[in-house]
Amino acid sequence: MANKRIDEATGIETVGHSWDGIEELNNPLPRWWLWTLYATIVFAIGYVIVYPAWPMVNQATEGLWGWSSRGQLAGELKAEEARRAATLAALATTPITELPAKPELMRAAIEGGRAAFRVNCVQCHGSGAAGSTGYPNLRDDDWLWGGNLQEIEATLTNGIRHPGNDATHQSLMPSFGKDGILPAGDITAVADHVLSLSGKAPANARGAELFANNCAACHGPDGKGQRQFGAPNLSDAIWLYGGKRDQVEASIYKARAGVMPAWTGKLDPVTIKMLAAYVHSLGGGEDFAPAPAVAAVAAAAAPAAGAGNGQN
Amino acid sequence: MESVVSRSGWWLAALFISTVAMAKAIDWGFAVHMGIFALAALIGLVISLRTTDFHAAARGILRLPDDQTRYDDDLIRFGVIATVFWGMAGFLVGLVIALQLAFPVLNLGLEWTSFGRLRPLHTSAVIFAFGGSALIATSFYVVQRTCRARLAFPGLARFVFWGYQLFIVLAATGYLLGISQGKEYAEPEWYVDLWLTIVWVAYLAVFVGTIVKRTEPHIYVANWFYLSFILTVAMLHVVNNMNVPVSLFGSKSYPLWAGVQGALVQWWYGHNAVGFFLTAGFLAMMYYFVPKQAQRPVYSYRLSILHFWSLIFLYIWAGPHHLHYTALPDWAQTLGMVFSVMLWMPSWGGMINGLMTLNGAWDKVRTDPIIRMMVLALAFYGMSTFEGPMMSVKSVNSLSHYTDWTIGHVHSGALGWNGMITFSCIYFLVPRLWGRERLYSLRMVNWHFWLATLGIVFYASSMWVAGITQGLMWREYGADGYLVNSFVETVAALHPMYLLRAFGGGLFLIGAGVMTFNVWQTIAGRLRDELPLYQPKHDPAADRPLTAVPAE
Repeated sequence: MANKRIDEATGIETVGHSWDGIEELNNPLPRWWLWTLYATIVFAIGYVIVYPAWPMVNQATEGLWGWSSRGQLAGELKAEEARRAATLAALATTPITELPAKPELMRAAIEGGRAAFRVNCVQCHGSGAAGSTGYPNLRDDDWLWGGNLQEIEATLTNGIRHPGNDATHQSLMPSFGKDGILPAGDITAVADHVLSLSGKAPANARGAELFANNCAACHGPDGKGQRQFGAPNLSDAIWLYGGKRDQVEASIYKARAGVMPAWTGKLDPVTIKMLAAYVHSLGGGEDFAPAPAVAAVAAAAAPAAGAGNGQN
Repeated sequence: MESVVSRSGWWLAALFISTVAMAKAIDWGFAVHMGIFALAALIGLVISLRTTDFHAAARGILRLPDDQTRYDDDLIRFGVIATVFWGMAGFLVGLVIALQLAFPVLNLGLEWTSFGRLRPLHTSAVIFAFGGSALIATSFYVVQRTCRARLAFPGLARFVFWGYQLFIVLAATGYLLGISQGKEYAEPEWYVDLWLTIVWVAYLAVFVGTIVKRTEPHIYVANWFYLSFILTVAMLHVVNNMNVPVSLFGSKSYPLWAGVQGALVQWWYGHNAVGFFLTAGFLAMMYYFVPKQAQRPVYSYRLSILHFWSLIFLYIWAGPHHLHYTALPDWAQTLGMVFSVMLWMPSWGGMINGLMTLNGAWDKVRTDPIIRMMVLALAFYGMSTFEGPMMSVKSVNSLSHYTDWTIGHVHSGALGWNGMITFSCIYFLVPRLWGRERLYSLRMVNWHFWLATLGIVFYASSMWVAGITQGLMWREYGADGYLVNSFVETVAALHPMYLLRAFGGGLFLIGAGVMTFNVWQTIAGRLRDELPLYQPKHDPAADRPLTAVPAE
């Protein structure tokens, strides 16, 4: 070609074209470049022989190694299932009441519960299980429906106010304001009395009288609540819907009725058992109480057992 | 006279059609968009009918030189201004959404400013508005000079440029109004797609027409790359946007491709938008502006042939690597991966040819900040085109996919390669297009270089750490076989990385602001009174012959 010349700086010949002053040198392909290109091509050929690659009429080639992504997943799941089978079988056959006696199994249950909690429970109860307004804190020792392993398991299984589940926890506080049972002034007085139970407001005689007539049947004369009704303890300064006066008034005006789904049918019994173990382990779990402990609860002798039902 | 009548007839028809469509619109967004169309037609009509010389007015405001060069350069001047403007807009929105990820309150609780709408605004502004304007402007500049011919169909070329700007406005307003067909990088709805198709076919006609009327015997390599970019983007755009509108007077449409076929078409499009828009198109820029600025011959003609053909042959098959471990059949995933691995060397061919062009002029990296920018651009191009094939390997992808690593990878390419090469081209073009002796300030180019480089380093390294952290946390299983982390814990763990990323993006934006000021002042015809960047040491005391000093 015309106009070839030797480039002074590099000593390489040009190809001979020039576009707007741009010339091209006639350097060969860098060897390392070419050999790396060949190497990637060889790798690619090998890869498509051993892995599924070429679409044919009915299906693609399967590859010499017989690998498939579904097969790999199935294999990994199967191996994991086998590894955990013994633990899960032991959990399935162990009644939850006997778990505390088997620390190794208990630990496995808590770990499994922790994982299941992250998937199913954090949406309402928070990733730290500390809850928020309307969603109970599961780290404290304040239980509406009981805080030992068996009671937590029952609550998880059947839910709270879950429609269509006969064993679900039910409680119904009247909407004192909305339904016109108490006038606004009286609601304020009751709220004052309720707050005075935890020392947040001065005593209110009118409120105390109204409380005795309208509330004590479920919440108890001293407002310490009763679990058999799901009636929260009002004297422990733990509040599910807020402890400011207007929040307490709102709860009296329009009774609260939170809902948790029944997990039976959604989760298998072992997972529910593990969740119960995890929630129990968070700090507020109660021991299995011997029968006379009911009296102890009423007397509020032991703080752990007596803290009771602050929550709706 | 006849041409004025026929041209205003076209504008009138466009005005009429868009006004009717606006009146009959079944949704608010469509009405707004038809209003924008009508406004554009009205402006066109006024410009055709009025006797005022609008071009002279624009020339006065933008200080356009009065046809000093022998080539059609006015559009390119507009294109350079548009590139700078859209760049600033796109980088700014990018910083906003980076901060939104760190501080969600910045979504402001408004639908128009929510992350979901601003994110496509950012990606389209930087890729299609900033990058697209740069590609159109430089392609018109390069094709004329390397073909030694003026643009074919100058009227059509004007339509291409302004029609593309209208497309950008329609796309951007559409995102804010919530009009989207939900395909990444192909969000605009059917009528905007149709408009872009018309514009793009006109672009192809102008470009090919200019090549056909060339006076050079051969077609320069930059033009191969530009042509492959224009042709392939046309094909990708048409196939991926095969949508059926719900109503001719509404913005919503549904794609022809469903399910996993739709996903594959989308990522065939999405990956080749990277391959042919952000790689082939910008390599074309590199092939002209690097040898021009370095004033050196291109390193190897043979390498440019081989890496061009291998690049465009291999790139088009690599899309399925975006769909590893999904419903896409295993065989398609395999092919996507091996084609990506084979793409490594063809991609690097461009880097080698660009860097080695500096053989015999490496000293310019020290003395010329524009060359330094080009070298950094090529270095980032090399890093991203190694990282890409690596991430397409399935075992790497199982860790990196869906994490911020992908975001880091994209930005080391976008900020480092596309951004830096575009900035250096702008610095090359502005003094030449406006007939200035030199840039307002070369020292400011140096500042821009370091601000942008530091910004990219913060951006890419924080996203690598964030991505790998995220991937490891997602897949972490405890000894009992359960996931260790909940999703929200992985989000919380990334917060410091999100802050660093926003800091890096902020530096990059400041650098671009320095460039905007520099370009502005150059266009205004000012020269900054500054010392040259580098001058060899001069010692006047030693500047004398070594002769014996006579005794006194």
